[in-house]
Amino acid sequence: MWHRLVDLFTSLKLTIICLAAAMVLIFAGTLAQVHLGIHEAQQRYFQSLFVWWPPESRGFKIPVFPGGHLIGAVLLVNLIAAHLKRFRLAWRKLGIHLTHAGLIIMLAGGLFTDLFAVESHMQLAGGETKNYSEDGRGMELAVIDVTDSDLDQVTAIPDTVLRHDRTIDYWSLPFRIVVRNFYQNSRLKMLSEAEDGARPIANQGPGAMIAVQPAPRATGVDERDVTSAAIEILPKDGGSLGTWLVSDALGAPQTFSCGGRTWMIALRPARYYKPYSVTLQKFTHEKYAGTDIPKDFSSRVTLIDPERAVNRDVLIYMNHPLRYRGETYYQAGFQKDDSATILQVVHNPSFIAPYVACVIVAAGLLVQFGYHLVGFSRKRRAALA
Amino acid sequence: MKRFLPGLVLLFAVSWLAANWLPHKVAKDDVDLTKFGKIPVLVGGRVKPLDTVARNSLLIVHGKQELRLEGGRRLSAMQWLTDVLFNASAADQYPVFLVQNAEVLGLFGWEQSERKYFSFIEFSPFLKQIDEQGAQSEKLESVQRSAYQNAILNLRNALSLYQRLKNSVQPEGAENFASELEAFENSIPAAGRAASQRAAGEDFDRAKLDDVVVLIQRYERLSEMAYILAVPPLEPNGQWHSVGDSLLRSVGTGEIHPIVKQYALLGDAYRAGDHSMFNQHVDLMTAWFAKEQPNVAKRTSFEFLFNRLQPFSQSMALYVLAFLLACFSWLGWNRALNRSAFYLLLLALAIHTFGLVSRMYLQERPPVTNLYSSAIFIGWGAVIVALILERIFRDGIGAACAGAIGFITLIIAHHLAGSGDTLEMLQAVLDTNIWLATHVVAITTGYSAMFLAGMLAIIYVIRGVFTRSLKKETADSLARMTYGVVCFATLFSFVGTVLGGIWADQSWGRFWGWDPKENGAVLIVLWCAIILHARWGGFIRQRGLMIMAIFGNVVTSFSWFGVNMLGVGLHSYGFMQKAFPWLVGFIISQLALMAIASMPLERWRSFRTASVSSRHPRKQKLETTVAGA
Repeated sequence: MWHRLVDLFTSLKLTIICLAAAMVLIFAGTLAQVHLGIHEAQQRYFQSLFVWWPPESRGFKIPVFPGGHLIGAVLLVNLIAAHLKRFRLAWRKLGIHLTHAGLIIMLAGGLFTDLFAVESHMQLAGGETKNYSEDGRGMELAVIDVTDSDLDQVTAIPDTVLRHDRTIDYWSLPFRIVVRNFYQNSRLKMLSEAEDGARPIANQGPGAMIAVQPAPRATGVDERDVTSAAIEILPKDGGSLGTWLVSDALGAPQTFSCGGRTWMIALRPARYYKPYSVTLQKFTHEKYAGTDIPKDFSSRVTLIDPERAVNRDVLIYMNHPLRYRGETYYQAGFQKDDSATILQVVHNPSFIAPYVACVIVAAGLLVQFGYHLVGFSRKRRAALA
Repeated sequence: MKRFLPGLVLLFAVSWLAANWLPHKVAKDDVDLTKFGKIPVLVGGRVKPLDTVARNSLLIVHGKQELRLEGGRRLSAMQWLTDVLFNASAADQYPVFLVQNAEVLGLFGWEQSERKYFSFIEFSPFLKQIDEQGAQSEKLESVQRSAYQNAILNLRNALSLYQRLKNSVQPEGAENFASELEAFENSIPAAGRAASQRAAGEDFDRAKLDDVVVLIQRYERLSEMAYILAVPPLEPNGQWHSVGDSLLRSVGTGEIHPIVKQYALLGDAYRAGDHSMFNQHVDLMTAWFAKEQPNVAKRTSFEFLFNRLQPFSQSMALYVLAFLLACFSWLGWNRALNRSAFYLLLLALAIHTFGLVSRMYLQERPPVTNLYSSAIFIGWGAVIVALILERIFRDGIGAACAGAIGFITLIIAHHLAGSGDTLEMLQAVLDTNIWLATHVVAITTGYSAMFLAGMLAIIYVIRGVFTRSLKKETADSLARMTYGVVCFATLFSFVGTVLGGIWADQSWGRFWGWDPKENGAVLIVLWCAIILHARWGGFIRQRGLMIMAIFGNVVTSFSWFGVNMLGVGLHSYGFMQKAFPWLVGFIISQLALMAIASMPLERWRSFRTASVSSRHPRKQKLETTVAGA
C-alpha cells in the first residue's frame, strides 16, 4: 500500500496530469472572467480546492474539477516526493535539480501569497491625510461612540457577519443589532423617483425615504458592489429604536442616542489602520500633447511616522512604488478630474519568493538545455567528421 | 545553370528592390510633395512627417494608403492630404470614405451597390444624423456593438477626422489667408490700445477692436478643430501648437509665428496653381526646420524614407519566394534551390532588420510596444532561429520555415496596422524601457520559437502524409530540431512570464493576478513543460512530439490574440475583435493537421514505402523502424 502510494506521488504521469489539468483550469478560468469578472473567477477557479457546479447556491453543489489550490498542492507534493526519491548528486542532473528547486520555491511562495497577502487601497484628495487604507471589496459596519469629543470608540463588524436576520450582540455595546435586510450589491433610489409600490426598508434617518433594489454582483475590474443593509437597534433594556438603512452609497454616518451616549453608524469599506500617516501634497497626471493618452501619473506624499521619527516627502509614480514597514504603495489610479489619487497598498510577506525562484529556474533551464546543446553539437561534429 | 542559379535569383531580387526603391523624379513644374511630406508636425503626441499623417489618415478613412479616383487617376496620400489642407472644396469631391454596411447606407436612403467609396459632399446632408447615431454606439462597449453600430461609429470618426484635417492649418474655405494674417498682425497693436482704453473707461475705436474680435473668434474655432499641431516651439522644450492656437497667442506677442505664415503662403500658392511659388515656400520651411529644429528634421526625414521604402512589404515578397524555392528543393535540384532560398532569406532578413531597427530609432523604444510590433518581432525572431537551423542541417527545412513564418507574421502585422499610427505613444504603465526590453522581448521570442516548432511539425506531417520525401534521416533531424526549438521556447516563455510577474509586482503590487494575458503566457509554459516531460518519460515519440508541437500553435495563438479578444483585464492596451474569425480558422486548421497526423502510419505515404520494403506492415514494427529516435 505504502509503495503504491509512493509510486503514485513520485510518478511522472501524475506531473503531466497535473500540468494538463492546470492548463484546462486556467483556460476555463480565463474565459469565465468575461462573465464573472477577474475577482470572482479567481476565487472560484484558482483560489479554491474544487470548482463547483452549479456555482450559485441552489441547495446542492458537486465538485466538477480540481481547483487551483488542489492542483498546486498535488504538484508541489509530486515535485518534492519525486526529487526526494530520485535525487542523485550528478553534474548532468544539476540543471534539472535547480529548475525544480526553483519551481518548488515559486509554487510554495504562490500558495503563501494567496493565503497571507492583503491588498487594500488609499484614496487621497489634495492635502488629505489618512492613517488607514481601505479594502477593495470587504465592508464593515462601524459603530462609533462619539460621546467623548476627544476619543472615538469604534466597534467594527465585518460584512461576513452581516446576514439576513442575524442578531449581533457585543459586550461593548448597550444594544443588540439585528440585520433585517442585507444586499451584497444594490441600487438606491429616492422614493419619489422609484417606481410605484417601492417601499423603504428602514424607518429612521434618510433611509426612510430611499428604496433599495438588489442588483447582481459587479464583474468589471473598476466596478464594485454597493452593499446595503437594514439594521434594527434593540437596546438591551428592552424596546426598539427603529430600523436604519446603512449603505456604501450613503455618504455621512448616521447618529442616534442609546444608553445615554451618542452613536454613529455607517457601512463602509473595511479599514486597515497604520501606525503612520500619509498626506497627499500633489497629484500629477500628464498626457501626451494633443491626445488623451496618459503619459505619467505621480503622487507626491508626505510620510509621517512619529514612532520612527520619519517625516519626509516621497514621490510615488508608475513602476516606482513606496515600500515602507512591510507595505508597498503603488500609484494605481485617480478619481475623475484628477481630484484624488488612488494608491494600492499591498502587504505581501512572501513577495521575494518569485524573484529568487526566477533566477534559480532560469539558471537551471540554461544549464540543462546548454548541456543538451553541447552534447548535440559534439555528436553532430563527430558524425560529420 | 544550376551553379549560377543562386546568384541569378539574388540578382533578380536586388534589381526588383532597386526598381521599387528608386525615387520618382518630380517634374520641374509640379508641386514637390517629397519635400513637403518631410515637414515635421505633432499628431498623437509624436512629432512625425506630414507624409506619415497623410498615410495614416487615408488608411483610417479609406482603408488604403492610396486613393483611386473615377477615371483611373491615382492620388498618393500626400496629394490627397495637400488638397484636404489647402483646397478643401476639391477634396470634398473625392470618394474616400469606405462604407460597406447596408444598414448604414440605408440610413441615407441608398441601396447597396458596387460602390464602396463615397465623398464628403455626399454625406454632408446627413452629418447631424451620423453624429447622433455614432454617439449612441459610442456609449456601448466595443464587444457589445452590432455590425451596424461599428460601421456608423467608424464613419463618424472618419468624418470627424476629415473635418479636423481640413481645419488644421487654415480655416476651411479661406481664400487669401496670407493677406488675412497680415491684416490681423497689423491690427493687433491698435486693437490692443483700444482694449486698454475701454478697460480704463476712456473713448476707444470700436471698429478697430471689432475687426480683431471677429478674427479671434474665427481662430478659436480653428484651434478647437485642429487635428495637426503644425507650429513648432520657438524656445527649447516648448510646446507645439495648432495654427489656431498659435494665432491666438499672437495676440499677446503681437507677432505671427513664421511657420504659420509659411503655411498660409503655401496654401494660397497651391490654390492659385503657382507650383514654383509653392515649392519655394516648402524650401523656406525646410530650411527653417533644418536650422531651428535640426534633430526633429533629421528624424522626420528618416521616417519619410522609412515610409517610402516600405521594408516590411518588400521582405514579405522575398519571404514568399524563398518559401517556394525551399519547397521545390525537396522535389529536385536540391542544393541550388536550397542555396537560392537561403540567400533570398538573408536579403529579406536584412531588410526586415532594417525596418525593425528603424522603428526602434524612430520611437526610441525596444522593439515590441504594441500588437503590430509584436508580429514584426515574432517573425524576425523565428526567421533567425530557422536560418540557424538551416545552417546546421542544410536540408531546406529551416529555409521553408523561415519563409513561411516571415511571410505570415508580416501579413498579420499588415492587417494590424489598420487603426493608424503603428508608432503610437505608450500608455503610462508601459513607459519603461527596461521591462519592455526584457519581459516583452522574452515573451515574444518564446512565441517565435513556439510557432517555429509548430511549423517544423507541420512540415513533418505534410511531407510524411502526402509525399514520399520524408526519409528516416529527414524525420529524425526534424524531430531533433523540433525538440530543440521547444526547449528554447520553454526557456524564453518561462523567463518572460516570470519577468512579467516581477514587472507586475513593481507596478501593480502583485506578482500574479490571473489576468488573461498572464494566464495566456503561463499556458504556453505549461504546454512546453508537458511536451518535455512526456518526451522524457517516454510517453510520446517522434509523431507524438509533432502532434503536440502543432497544438503549441493553438496555445500560442490563443495567448497572443485570443486573450485580447476577451476584453477584460489590465493589459487593455491591445484589444481587438476583428481577427476573431481568423483565429478560429487558424485553430481549426491546426486541429485538422493534428487529426491528419493521428492517422495510422500505414496511411502516411512516406512510411508506406518503408512498410512495403519490410513486408511486415504491422504498426508496432513501423513505429520502431520509423520513429526509433
